[in-house]
Amino acid sequence: MNHEGIIHEGAHSTAHGHDSAGGHHHAHEHHEQHFIWKYIFSQDHKIIGKQFLITGIIWAIIGALFSVLFRLQLGFPDSTFPIMEKLLGEWAKGGKLSPEFYYALVTMHGTILVFFVLTAGLSGTFANILIPLQIGARDMASPFMNMLSYWFFFLASVIMMVSLFVETGPASGGWTTYPPLSALKEASLGSGIGMDLWLLGMSFFVISSLLGGLNYISTVLNMRTKGMTMTRLPLTIWALLFTAVLGVLSFPVLFSGVVLLIFDRNFGTSFYLSEIFIGGKALPHIGGSAILYQHLFWFLGHPEVYIIMLPGMGMASEVLSTHSRKPIFGYFAMVISMIGITLLAFVVWAHHMFVTGMSPFLGSIFVLLTLLIAVPSAVKVFNWITTIWRGNLKFTTPMLFALGFVSLFISGGLTGIFLGNSAIDIHLHDTYFVIAHFHIVMGVSAFFGMFAGVYHWFPKMFGRFMNNTLGYIHFFITFIGAYLIFWPMHYEGIAGMPRRYYDYSAWESFKHFQSINGFISIAATVVFLAQLLFVFNFIVSIFRGRKVTVLNPWGSTTLEWTTPINPGHGNWEGEIPEVHRWPYDYKDDGNGNDFIPQTTPLRPGEESH
Amino acid sequence: MSGFIITTLVILVFVIIYQIGKASEHATILRGEKKVNAQVNRAIALLLVAVFLLGVWGIWACHQYFKDLMLPVAACKTGENYDSMFNVTVVVTGIVFFLTQAVLFWFCYKYQSSDRRTSFYFPHSNKLEIIWTTIPALAMAVLVAIGLKNWLTVTSDAPVNATVVEIVGKQFNWIVRYPGKDNILGKRDFRKINDANNVLGLDWADPRNHDDILSLNGEMHLVVGKPVKLIINSRDVIHDVGLPHFRLKMDAVPGITTTLWFTPSITSDSMKIITKNPNFVYEIACDQLCGRGHYAMRGTIIVETQEQHDKWLATQQSYYAGNNPEATTPAADTTAPAADTTKKITMK
Repeated sequence: MNHEGIIHEGAHSTAHGHDSAGGHHHAHEHHEQHFIWKYIFSQDHKIIGKQFLITGIIWAIIGALFSVLFRLQLGFPDSTFPIMEKLLGEWAKGGKLSPEFYYALVTMHGTILVFFVLTAGLSGTFANILIPLQIGARDMASPFMNMLSYWFFFLASVIMMVSLFVETGPASGGWTTYPPLSALKEASLGSGIGMDLWLLGMSFFVISSLLGGLNYISTVLNMRTKGMTMTRLPLTIWALLFTAVLGVLSFPVLFSGVVLLIFDRNFGTSFYLSEIFIGGKALPHIGGSAILYQHLFWFLGHPEVYIIMLPGMGMASEVLSTHSRKPIFGYFAMVISMIGITLLAFVVWAHHMFVTGMSPFLGSIFVLLTLLIAVPSAVKVFNWITTIWRGNLKFTTPMLFALGFVSLFISGGLTGIFLGNSAIDIHLHDTYFVIAHFHIVMGVSAFFGMFAGVYHWFPKMFGRFMNNTLGYIHFFITFIGAYLIFWPMHYEGIAGMPRRYYDYSAWESFKHFQSINGFISIAATVVFLAQLLFVFNFIVSIFRGRKVTVLNPWGSTTLEWTTPINPGHGNWEGEIPEVHRWPYDYKDDGNGNDFIPQTTPLRPGEESH
Repeated sequence: MSGFIITTLVILVFVIIYQIGKASEHATILRGEKKVNAQVNRAIALLLVAVFLLGVWGIWACHQYFKDLMLPVAACKTGENYDSMFNVTVVVTGIVFFLTQAVLFWFCYKYQSSDRRTSFYFPHSNKLEIIWTTIPALAMAVLVAIGLKNWLTVTSDAPVNATVVEIVGKQFNWIVRYPGKDNILGKRDFRKINDANNVLGLDWADPRNHDDILSLNGEMHLVVGKPVKLIINSRDVIHDVGLPHFRLKMDAVPGITTTLWFTPSITSDSMKIITKNPNFVYEIACDQLCGRGHYAMRGTIIVETQEQHDKWLATQQSYYAGNNPEATTPAADTTAPAADTTKKITMK
């Protein structure tokens, strides 16, 4: 492992002054590594995980800030904000956002949050940190590919960031970038160079996601320690495995869609274009289908929703069980329902396209398949609730976020039943109801899963705790704030208020929602500040947080807590421990403890789960 | 400067909160970690219950606020079906919502950690899993059945006596075309489009085009009680004909023709009385992001009686006559309706 790093150690052996946080190294490494190989081009899964997390946090701040800026326009269309002109310059002359840039902000908010934060930042972080630690492996199957995965993500990030600064602005056709709007430079400013950069950035993003995903799958399947059978895997690992499977099978389809769009934009092909008159002239394209792109996009786009949800589900399961001091209820039902969700995720994509004029018969099939997905989702919710039933609940910050995850998943999941039913979708499609639905379920709920994970595994990542008081403030503001922001949006959507409007004041049917839009914008700003408080807590705690003094601070059963407090590359100093039991044995161990780690052999006469 | 001050202020507040947090960490250790943790745990459990109760009140308050702001009664039969189906779904999901959330928060309070409590080792129960797999599956079956019945009605073929009206989207307004006396829409070709005198690219060689009437301000006139079939298309990018008052919506896709039919059941005038709003108007909202003017891509529908409609129709001139001076129609000299853009929303 890490031969690359070891080779370079020789060359840089004089410069190990930077190594202060490490200290613990596993037995095979005798030399200090140079800062660059240890923290930047690192092949240690834990460092790569942290790189994903920190990059994700930076993107999350940018993406959330964008939402605050466009919410200011939505909430207060008649006011001007001088600060906006300072930030955005020409795009907000006189402190008023231009419509073009409003749409650019909306588009980049979606792109950043969906792909760069909740895909790379979420599964990139936790798949990297948790898979080797929880299955008992020294690193990923291919640490080098793993490193490439991060650096392709970094490259995608740089390109996407550059697109924010080009003269015509970044992509502005929505995060779904439907052609012909995104294909024709004449159609909108954002369809210029900004769109090319978007497509290029997404291409590298797909490469990153595939390199990571293949690695996660092969690691889980091949590198488990002795005794770690598949049925003894923690639910986090099952979730991350299915996440990777979804990504590996669906991201290539997005890639093909993106490549065809690049061709249509630059090389005169007509995959998506037909019979278009724009900019004063008729274009030569004939015979393409704009709807084809939507099929290719949503073939990824829908599994993408579960790529975002599954890691949160896995982590919430783990956290709920640990902090309730009680086994997860229905381990096998949880795994089977995740298999169900994964399979169904591939065959529901067209429910995003009920109103594109698709065959009504095809629509009916997709209604049936879509509403079927409610069944495994419901099973998971009931299992989570039964997990806390008669538990011994300790309201730590990760536990609160896991509980919040369940509450939000219920709220957001139930509104999916409306939208999955085409006869209801035909009215609610592309209204604020959709915004409310997916923000609660795959936005906030997924974020809550992520926060639960960060608070829970922070001690493992940095050897310190995050501050509790700040964590509680963060939880309550975010939880209440999320409902304040998104609950009223359901009503606006039921009243038919369309999404992606810059200003509603000219509409007889929607202008009376002005004051509630203002209210939502204020709530969004407050919640944004609470997230900054989290980031502040995160950064300060890395350096000044309360130190972890025991190996297993949460009293958890899984393998990552058998490693040293600050594990080096290779994770365990001696042998990798052997696993003897399932990961949720929260019961009396006979010595006054309420849990039995996976590494404890079965007692005589004890039945395995 | 103000930005700098705000940033400093925010950071300052964070530092203060952090210091308080840090101080409470030390205080915890001084006062005995176990005791304080138990107190905090109790306080959080109470807070969670408070949040739940606040939430229930909030939902009620939200209902009160929105009660009078929602859409009026649906203006067509399928819209009424939609409303009743929507209500059934609200009831079903509402029950599940309140039960599961209440149980979740109640368990949080009831099973909060205490010294006397040990958790109950209860890893699985196949009976329970079967129960809560079957019940949602049955509920979904019912909702799917209602949904598909309505879906097949909405998407069924239009009645043969339906009026045909074409609506075409372009950046950033709607163009409406009526078939004229022959009741047939003539051929169009996007290569014949000319913004000055042929906005839809009507093929003048096709005589069925000669009586077609165009409305360039996105105003659509429909007869109450008479089925109408919309032929939907786009000139440039994807738009969407959103009809909130009829609970309908259909994409306008360049190169592909989509359709939608319904029977308006309430005239615009009656709706003004129902909503007690003299300015009430049926609006066509573009529901698919189409560029910078998307938010202002507004059309209107006037639902009127047959007499009113006939009267309006009599004042209309065919697009052909307005744009082909050599045409023999007597009204050829009048100004082309193309100039009538005053009602369009001007973009900011």
